[in-house]
Amino acid sequence: MSMTAAPARDMARQARFSRRKWINRIALFMALAAMLFGMFWLAWILWETLRLGFGGLHLALFTENTPPPNEESGGLANALFGSCMMVALATVIGAPIGILSGIHLAEYNPRGTLAVTVRFVNDLLLSAPSIVIGLFIYATIVVRFKQFSGWAGAAALALIVIPVVIRTTENMLALIPASLREAAYALGAPKWKVILRITLNAARAGVVTGVLLAVARIFGETAPLLFTALNNQFWSSGLGGPTANLPVTIFQFAMSPYENWQQLAWVGVFLITLIVLGLNVLARFFSRDK
Amino acid sequence: MNLSTPPSRGAGFVISNALADRLFGWLTRGAALFTLALLLGILVSLAVGAWPAIRQFGVGFLTRNAWNPVQEDFGGLVMIYGTLVTSVVALLIAVPVSFGIALFLTELAPVWLKRPLGTAIELLAAVPSIVYGMWGLMVFGPVLARYVQQPLQALLGDMPVFGALVSGPPVGIGLLSAGIILSIMIIPFIASVMRDVFEVTPPLLKESAYGLGATTWEVVWRIVLPYTKTGVLGGVMLGLGRALGETMAVTFVIGNMNQLSSLSLFEPANSITSALANEFAEAAPGLHQASLIYLGLVLFLITFTVLVCSRLLLLRLQKNEGRNT
Repeated sequence: MSMTAAPARDMARQARFSRRKWINRIALFMALAAMLFGMFWLAWILWETLRLGFGGLHLALFTENTPPPNEESGGLANALFGSCMMVALATVIGAPIGILSGIHLAEYNPRGTLAVTVRFVNDLLLSAPSIVIGLFIYATIVVRFKQFSGWAGAAALALIVIPVVIRTTENMLALIPASLREAAYALGAPKWKVILRITLNAARAGVVTGVLLAVARIFGETAPLLFTALNNQFWSSGLGGPTANLPVTIFQFAMSPYENWQQLAWVGVFLITLIVLGLNVLARFFSRDK
Repeated sequence: MNLSTPPSRGAGFVISNALADRLFGWLTRGAALFTLALLLGILVSLAVGAWPAIRQFGVGFLTRNAWNPVQEDFGGLVMIYGTLVTSVVALLIAVPVSFGIALFLTELAPVWLKRPLGTAIELLAAVPSIVYGMWGLMVFGPVLARYVQQPLQALLGDMPVFGALVSGPPVGIGLLSAGIILSIMIIPFIASVMRDVFEVTPPLLKESAYGLGATTWEVVWRIVLPYTKTGVLGGVMLGLGRALGETMAVTFVIGNMNQLSSLSLFEPANSITSALANEFAEAAPGLHQASLIYLGLVLFLITFTVLVCSRLLLLRLQKNEGRNT
């Protein structure tokens, strides 16, 4: 009796074992498939932007303004210029505020109520819908001055820079060993000097990474510019009025029925992808140095 | 006399440093407070801007199906519906895929591949949303229409229930394509949170399970996932928050039609963000603009709640982790 039961039990065990192995194999295969699924979209998007945008690259792109519909010539010079101006201004405003704020979170009582609250709120702002930032700037700046302007666009972008820079600055400062600060204090250095000359200096690469990532983020941001900077068909030398910029130009041209505008939109998409991904790779390179 | 000079100079030195310390402290504190002020400012300005619409339509605005700028009759149901449906579609696709990616990156990938693959997934998050939008409208939409929507309609179109679900023009524009593109956009956020929390699972727990003869899948499903479930949920909420507030990609592909006549995912529709993106700059000041700001306020409050949940869940995991080790 027992002689026949044992093989049966063994077989049942064997069957369960092979079933578990099969489930494992299928699950791991699905994981691989998920990874390939993610890679597939990245490859497809990059390939299409390259294929449809690269052909339109020529020198006139950087020297001529956006053309009227159905005209052969024309470029994106005004949009590129306006975008660069606003991004530069937003970085100059936003990065120092973000860095100072990050210093406060990391160096002044990091577990205190203020630091904990600010950190929490900052994480919310980091993921808050950027179009809401646009609404906020519209309500506070555009309505007050009664016109769309590049200044308002830059302000909206600056508000997006700040949380990104706060987060990275704080994280990078927290990595600096306390012994470094203590050594400086022991030599009699005041706190502001310790922070600016020792800790911030040691975390330089990380802070630069944060700023680069922030620039990459705002260079492609469209939503906050839609009703702050608006757009402009012509060259704007100042930021006082509606200012041409690349993302909104792409949006407008892509949605239009005109062939030449759509082609230019693809070129713009190619440029913007190139710049944004380039900045990201550069930022990673900086942080790798550490 | 001679002795008194150096100390006084020293005192001056100390005072200026103390002052500088205090000034610098104030400066950084001011910058930190700015963040709090910003959040409050956004809430207040949206509430003020939306006030005429709030007074006119009340909370019923959320469930009213009307959008008529000429007669100044507004209700946000269509947009709120579109925002929620596209986000749910996005989550349905993104959560399992992100789980697979995190599993692959933590348990399967050889060490030399982990970093480049992780970077590639993060680059998916770095691609600007307008690029997703343009690609979705010009490239993905037509492909979806031709190879997914048309066959599905041919297959299910005559059936009573499914037919209603797949009705509508198969042009690759609408709730379904917006949801799919959103899912691609939020995969990197969810996947990287999942990967990070999977990596904090104590090796001892995993090794014990392996020691008892568990397979890789069993270790992940029965040990890692239960241990990290708050963090995983936090990551999913983060993805949801992102999906709700995404603007440009959705605006390109959702079709911008204020209709709610059928429940089909193929129908063009509208979302809060795309309504804002399309109409706000041209809306007349008054009830139209106030209603749009009201929609923005609703969006902000929804994402705010979701993101607060996400943060709290992730913080809880961090705290537990501290307690256990």
